[in-house]
Amino acid sequence: MAKFFAVTIIVIAILSAIPIVRHTWEAPEDISTHGYLIDEQMSETMAEAGISFLAAQFILAIFIWMFSNRSRDAKIKNFPGGAKVLVIAAVLVVGVEVLALGVFGVKAWADQYLTPPSAGAMPIQVQAGQFAFYFRYPGPDGTFGPLHPELINESTQNYLGLDLDHDQDSKDDIVTAEMAIPVNKEIHLLMHAKDVGHSFFVRELRVQQDFVPGLDVSLHFTATKIGKYEIVCTQLCGLGHYNMKAYLYVYSQQDFDNWLKKEQAMQ
Amino acid sequence: MHDMSAHAVEHHAPPTTFIRKYVFSLDHKVIGKQYYGLALVAALCGMALSWMMRIHLGWTNAAIPGLQLLSKNGAPGGVMTPEYYLQLMTMHGTIMVFFVLTTAPFAAFGNFFLPIQVGAEDMPFPRFNMMSFWVTCVAFVVLMSSFILGDGPTLGGWTQYAPLNAVGSIAGPGQGLGVILWMTSIALFCIGQLLGSLNFITTTLDLRVKGMSLMRLPMTTWAWFITSCMGLTAFSVLMPACILVILDHVAGTSFFVSSNEVINDQLQPHSGGSTLLWQHLFWFFGHPEVYIAIVPGIGIVSHILITSMRKPMLSQRVLIYCMGALAVLSYMVYGHHMFVSGMNPFSALAFSFPTLVITIPATIVVLIWVFSLYGANLRINAASLFALGFISMFVSGGVSGFFLAQPSIDIMLHATYFVVGHFHMVMGVAAMFGIFAATYFWFPKMFGRMMNETLGRIHFWLSFVGTYCIFMPFHYLGMAGNIRRYSSFPDDYLQPLIPVHQWITVAALITGAAQLIFVYNLIHSRFWGKPAPDNPWEATSLEWSTATPPPWDNFGGKHPVVYHDPYQYGVKSSVGDYVMQASPEQVQTEHDEK
Repeated sequence: MAKFFAVTIIVIAILSAIPIVRHTWEAPEDISTHGYLIDEQMSETMAEAGISFLAAQFILAIFIWMFSNRSRDAKIKNFPGGAKVLVIAAVLVVGVEVLALGVFGVKAWADQYLTPPSAGAMPIQVQAGQFAFYFRYPGPDGTFGPLHPELINESTQNYLGLDLDHDQDSKDDIVTAEMAIPVNKEIHLLMHAKDVGHSFFVRELRVQQDFVPGLDVSLHFTATKIGKYEIVCTQLCGLGHYNMKAYLYVYSQQDFDNWLKKEQAMQ
Repeated sequence: MHDMSAHAVEHHAPPTTFIRKYVFSLDHKVIGKQYYGLALVAALCGMALSWMMRIHLGWTNAAIPGLQLLSKNGAPGGVMTPEYYLQLMTMHGTIMVFFVLTTAPFAAFGNFFLPIQVGAEDMPFPRFNMMSFWVTCVAFVVLMSSFILGDGPTLGGWTQYAPLNAVGSIAGPGQGLGVILWMTSIALFCIGQLLGSLNFITTTLDLRVKGMSLMRLPMTTWAWFITSCMGLTAFSVLMPACILVILDHVAGTSFFVSSNEVINDQLQPHSGGSTLLWQHLFWFFGHPEVYIAIVPGIGIVSHILITSMRKPMLSQRVLIYCMGALAVLSYMVYGHHMFVSGMNPFSALAFSFPTLVITIPATIVVLIWVFSLYGANLRINAASLFALGFISMFVSGGVSGFFLAQPSIDIMLHATYFVVGHFHMVMGVAAMFGIFAATYFWFPKMFGRMMNETLGRIHFWLSFVGTYCIFMPFHYLGMAGNIRRYSSFPDDYLQPLIPVHQWITVAALITGAAQLIFVYNLIHSRFWGKPAPDNPWEATSLEWSTATPPPWDNFGGKHPVVYHDPYQYGVKSSVGDYVMQASPEQVQTEHDEK
């Protein structure tokens, strides 16, 4: 029984590692300028966690195999190094691992969260509400008009609460249900929620950020590959949460300009 | 060293009436069994809910026979609606975290064995102890009542994030009365655990018998003591937070709702609240709660493994210090649940570092367990198998913590199935394995009968292989970007992952069915099991020095005296390779705690 258990642990450990080694299931291709930092950090962590996982399971299995159900007179002995060696090993090995992961990980985080967007970044506003995203482009004047939550009215398609009669800055604003951006152009995403908590997650862009009611949050990123990608809500927001999504279109600059003109004409 | 049991404990006469004996009992052992029964009922409910969720995730349009009886609107014709999925999911998480993982390893076994292991007659406040169980029981009834009251249970998940939890029924089914019932239930639960924690702490500190120094306490007692200290601080934060949410619902306050919120085109009558405040309060409780669930398991596994190995751990002191370190650090890491929540991004780094550091004491615990096996004479039985399975699960779930501790990686893994796999393995399954190990080990002492060993082993094999088949794929799904808390996967991206969900569903149904073997074994052995001797495992701590099952005052009117540390194995004594803590026999040992 004990030997069978030891073999089972080893078989499970190996089977668990195979999909990781073979990359059977993994994140989609990165299309951002910063994503490689996150992917590298993930790979390094996987290597360290994987080795720790396999080593611990194997040693557990080997000791179960060697030291189970021995005869009643079998001599009991202790691991020669005692606890002191194990504590020192854990502090040094895991401590170094932790320090390395912590220090290197800061770079990926800082690139997205601790550095401001460049001055030329293109601002886009996104509003999350049960259960849709709406995007706003500032129009030719480059300025967003103010928001008036009390004016929000889905039936008149005033999704953001704009006062087109009184606010000059709002008049040329373009509101869309889909997000389009030019390739290789930094985007400064200004996020707010109109009702409850939501989130903005684009797997390929390596961005995920919650919307916080009452708080303006922002993100900045640059997409490097033309294509259509899913934007999904990852913060439980109510009954339609599973279906709250929009699409991100990454266009060439020319195609983006055409798209924006078309959207403006439809406002 | 203390000898205060004679005067610090409140002496109560042996119960004479049925009500005092079995219902409103003051006896910590009966209360422990009551907690165990409550946890068992809750676990079966939680498991049934997980079955329904898994069937829906594998085959979204499948009709689940009888589900329409639970909610006609939530499951017309037995097919779950998206909102009902969320409601069942919320109840599954809440029931499992609070009423199973906290109740069984801590309140149930702790109540039964902590006073006996320190040599006390009972807890110092038996009435508080009785109240703690009955308040917890009422909390469970209140929670379950949301299935039949109003428009069903809340759908906000076990974390109940604001402001979804505070704006009322306009935000969705169950968000009105359902939330109020949830908050009431959890506030009551907190009261129960606070009363219990007070009793555990005072029993450990004040009621130890002569000779029982702190370092002579068994690992389980240390684990329950440390857990009580965590419980006292964690639950006392969650309880007022729940009350504040109720006030947002019924008293027009705005603790967790900010200004200018618009739902269904209606400007909400709230202003000035903070939605992130709830997350801070919840996770200040929530992360220690992970350790409240798992630290008793660490104690139980150590206790059982030592008995099975026939030798002490390489260092009991180091294990105790590590449990203490886990408890202290658990309050400094809670922000890792909030990396992408919108809090200051600098605080993410501040919370990330202690989260990575907490892997050091956790690693030491695992290394001490594993390397203590070296040179042992390990006795394999259902209890030791589950204890060893706990170590395997704890490692598997623990290493995924390396990923989630880092804010940069959390950008990709947050709110995905990777997180679900991580916490189910390290806190859910590992803690359940601790509960099973403890049950097989202590059942003879609790009920005076042995459990069926063959059924126990079958239960172990199906559970061990089954849980790996369920929860390892969760990690793969998360790495592929599969988001959690989705009732179905309608978009193109997630479609290819549905076969993985179907595999998990089949594994979950089989593994869940295996738990029925355990329930059968439990009930059958309770009435028809082989009568148990006083010390079937040749163990040393005080619970094995008394009769089986123990008398109402634990030691039949005597106060045991402790002469040794709790784990004197691998020695030559008149009874075998061990010497009981309460035995005055002097034996040649490597060391003995004073």
